[in-house]
Formats: sequence, C-alpha cells, structure tokens
Amino acid sequence: MLPEALIKIAYLLAAVLFILGLKGLTHPRTAVRGNLLGALGMLIAVVVTLLDRQIVDYTVLLAGLVAGGAIGAILARRIEMTAMPQLVALFNGFGGIGSVLVAGAAFTAAIDALMGAAASSGSAAASTATLDVQVTIATGASGLIGAVTFWGSLVAFGKLQGVISEKPVHFGGQQVVNALLLAGALFLGVWLVLHPTQVGSYWILAAVASVLGLLLVLPIGGADMPVVVALLNSYSGLAAAATGFVLSNNVLIVSGSLVGASGLILTNIMCKAMNRSLTNVLFGRFAPSAEAASADDVYAGKVTSTSADELAMILDGARRVVIVPGYGMAVAQAQHAVRDLANALERRGASVEYAIHPVAGRMPGHMNVLLAEADVPYEKLIEMDAINPTMEQVDVAIVIGANDVVNPDAKNDPQSPIAGMPIIDVDQARTVVVIKRSLSPGFAGIPNPLFAADNTMMYFGDGKRAVLDLLAAIKEL
Amino acid sequence: MEAFVTALSVFVLAVFVGFEIITKVPPTLHTPLMSGSNAISGITLIGALLAAGSRQTQWTTVLGFLAVLFATVNVVGGFMVTHRMLGMFKRKER
Repeated sequence: MLPEALIKIAYLLAAVLFILGLKGLTHPRTAVRGNLLGALGMLIAVVVTLLDRQIVDYTVLLAGLVAGGAIGAILARRIEMTAMPQLVALFNGFGGIGSVLVAGAAFTAAIDALMGAAASSGSAAASTATLDVQVTIATGASGLIGAVTFWGSLVAFGKLQGVISEKPVHFGGQQVVNALLLAGALFLGVWLVLHPTQVGSYWILAAVASVLGLLLVLPIGGADMPVVVALLNSYSGLAAAATGFVLSNNVLIVSGSLVGASGLILTNIMCKAMNRSLTNVLFGRFAPSAEAASADDVYAGKVTSTSADELAMILDGARRVVIVPGYGMAVAQAQHAVRDLANALERRGASVEYAIHPVAGRMPGHMNVLLAEADVPYEKLIEMDAINPTMEQVDVAIVIGANDVVNPDAKNDPQSPIAGMPIIDVDQARTVVVIKRSLSPGFAGIPNPLFAADNTMMYFGDGKRAVLDLLAAIKEL
Repeated sequence: MEAFVTALSVFVLAVFVGFEIITKVPPTLHTPLMSGSNAISGITLIGALLAAGSRQTQWTTVLGFLAVLFATVNVVGGFMVTHRMLGMFKRKER
C-alpha cells in the first residue's frame, strides 16, 4: 500500500501528462504521441488508485474495468468515421453519468460515516450532523451538471444516429418549463446543503437535471449539433471537476477544468462560425422572415443543370480546383470518391485543395477526419479564412453536400436569417459546381441564390454516385 | 475552508492552462481534440474505483460499479478512437 503523499505525487504526474498530451494535439505530427501521453497519465492514475488503502475489494473493480474496457475498445474499433459525432456524444454522456454516480456514492458514504460517528458518540449532534458546505455544494453541482450531460448527450446521440428526429422539437412554454426545472434543481441543491443527511434529495436533484438535459437538447436541430457536442464536452469536464471538489482530489479538478476549457473554446469557435450567440443556438430558432424571397423567385428559370460529361470537359481545363465538402458528403460516404476525383484532377495537372468551413459536418473538425480517413494529406485542408482571399483565382469550386455555408445571402442580404454568418466565398470562383440531390434548402430553410448564379452549374445526384460518374467521365477524356 | 480554497486555486489555474493550450490546437484536429479531451474527462474513473472498492455499503458498491463501467468505456474508448483517428492524419510525402 502506498503512502498518501506518494499517491498524490502520482496524481500530479498524471495531471502533468494530461497537459503535455493536450499540448501534443496542437500539431498533427505530435498528436499521436500527445494522445499516448494522456493515456499513460490515465494509466498511472488508475494504477495508484488501485493501490490506495481505501480499496479492499477488487472483484467489483476488475469486473467493471474489464467490461467497460471491452465495450470501449469494441466501440472505438468498429465505429465508422462518419459516425464519430455520435460516438463522442455518447462518450461525453458516459463521463457525465460516471460523475453523477461517483458524487452520489461518495456523498452517501460520507453521510453514513457522519451519522455512524454521531450515533456512536451518542451526542445530541446526531440530528444536526453536517458536512463541509463546499462538499455538499460540489456534490449538488456534480449531480446537476453530470445528469444534464448524460441525458443531453443521449438525445444528441439519438439525433445524430437518426434514432430520433434531427428536426428541432418545439412546444409551447418550453423556456418556462426549462427555467422551472433549473430553478427546481437549484432549490434542491440548496435543500441538500441545508439538510445534507437527506441523501434522497441528491437523487431527486439528479432526476430533475435529467429531464432538464433532455429538454435542453431536444429543441436543437441537426446542423447546430457541433455547438451542442462541444458544449456537452465542456460539461462532462466540469462535472468531473465538481466531483474532484467532492473528493478533494486535484487530478480530477485539473483534468476536469482542462476539458471544461477545451469544450468552451470549441463552443465559442462554432458559435462565431455561425455568427450566433450561444443563447441563440440553445434557445433561438431559425425563423425565415416573411419578406424573404421564396424558392421559386430565386430559382425560376435561372438554374443551370449539367452532366458528368460536360463537367469533365470544364474540369479538364481547370488549373486550380477547390472542393468544399459539407455534411452531405458524410451522409453519402463520398469522401473516398472525392479523394479519387481530386487525384485524377491532379494527374491532369490541376492543383486541388479543400476549403473547410468550421461548422461543416456535425462536430468540430468532422470534415477533416473524414478526408484524413480517405488519405487526403492534412496540408490540403485549408481553413475558410485562409482560402477566401484567394477564391477569385479558383477556376472551379466544387461544392459537395454543403448549402448554408456557401450561401452568399449571408454577405449580401442583411435581412437574411443567416446574415453575417461567415461563408466560404465560392461565388467568387470562375465556375461553381454544386453537387446536390435537389434544390431543397439546407438547415436554415432558405433558398440559396448561389444555385441560380450565372457562374454556377447544378450537378444533381447522390453525392457518391455523382462523383463516381464524374470520375469515369474524366478518365474517358 | 482552506482545503476548498486550495482546490479552487488549482481549478482556476488549470482553466487558464487549458485555455492557453487549447486555443493553439488547429481546426484540423478539433475532432481528435474532443475525443481525446473527452477521454481525459473520464478521470472520474478514479473516484469510481474508490467508491466501488471501499466496500462501505452494498448501495455505494453498486453505484461504484456502474460508475467504473461507464467511466472505463469513456476512457478506453476515448483514447483508442482518438489514436485511430490520429493515425489517419498524414503528410503529403510518406
């Protein structure tokens, strides 16, 4: 059995490894090592904990570790890269529920010990036995944040997996109900602090927070999922940090706050990329204004449709091609076909790059992972701000499965619901090719004047099929 | 109270460290960042181990076991899937 100080030093080492691990993620070259350092930190933390003298029974532990490890490993190996957002949402949720359970168990144990001590001393203090206030507060925070994270993540998982509708679910008085639930949870938190011996109120608190978590995420639509997943990521960290306060354990506090900060930064980046506040994403909804042009006005008689053969000829003369992927590419599993198309164009002497909008896909960096899976080197993935100034020199911009993030109304129409949202300026390219099933609107529910622009050609079809046909046409040239 | 202030100091300083490091992560790595940091937030596992192994009451053991299970899925799955993803990020010349 290790002395207390040694355990604490080992925890410190783990915390340092987590920081170094995250630092490794600042560059693709050092990222693999960074992740391994993080895993090593976790291993050290777990091993020294197993040697803690509080632990007297290993059977339950090993059962949990083996079963959990096996489930985690299978999920991690089997998951498709396109399904990464829902997996991360699920893992977030598991971290959240873990914190709820740990805080609950630690709190129950502390109260039991307190009651036991008070009863054996036979003092009148038994009825007024109290815990340190901060422990109770932290327990309440753990239960609240953890439960919101768990249920919110499950809803996000359901939406991303298609188990429940991706569409926003709205009902009257939603905000009021949420506010009441939050107030109820906070009241229970205060109750818990005043009457900590009534452990049951912790579980009621967690139950109320669970309903809150469900209702918070249900109204949020598919395209806003990057924000939700990032925010839940942050919550899972904060829940772990709160549990750290319950247990007075620094490694939990440090790791939890690192993750909390990370999630908040990503949330912020996602919100900026949509020019919306976090409150607007969480509680607002897209309401196309009454005066907004109807799809017929925008598209009537102005849409040029094209074929694979015609496109192949246009691409044959192109020197610089930029591909703009969106969630539709992920849905169509078209990333490998797109890579093949890019390779074919490069063999014919064109330069091909990919322009990545920060909110393309269903989580931050989703497109980058898909293209990395298809062996596209990461240097070719160019951020929106870097590629926009050069868009005028692009011969052909190919938009595949993206819509709102290339809608020029965001710049040109101050009345548009997406006004002010940064977009990839494909309309500046000499020719724009949009690969899309139909003229149906994107998440914002508004028509896209890009599709009717003089320099735009619509290439209708399923993303993957369309790209493969185009590839075949190019090879026949 | 003193213990709380110490813990709070650690929390606040770590948040700053987090902000400093994470803002330097390029957008290309945002998905692995999420899954990797997510695995780190599974650190609640060590709290779960203490709860499950200390054999206080049957109830705390049950809670602890479930917590170990969930947190381990989070930790093992998170680190492994991050590793798998990062292996795909390659340079032009290999």
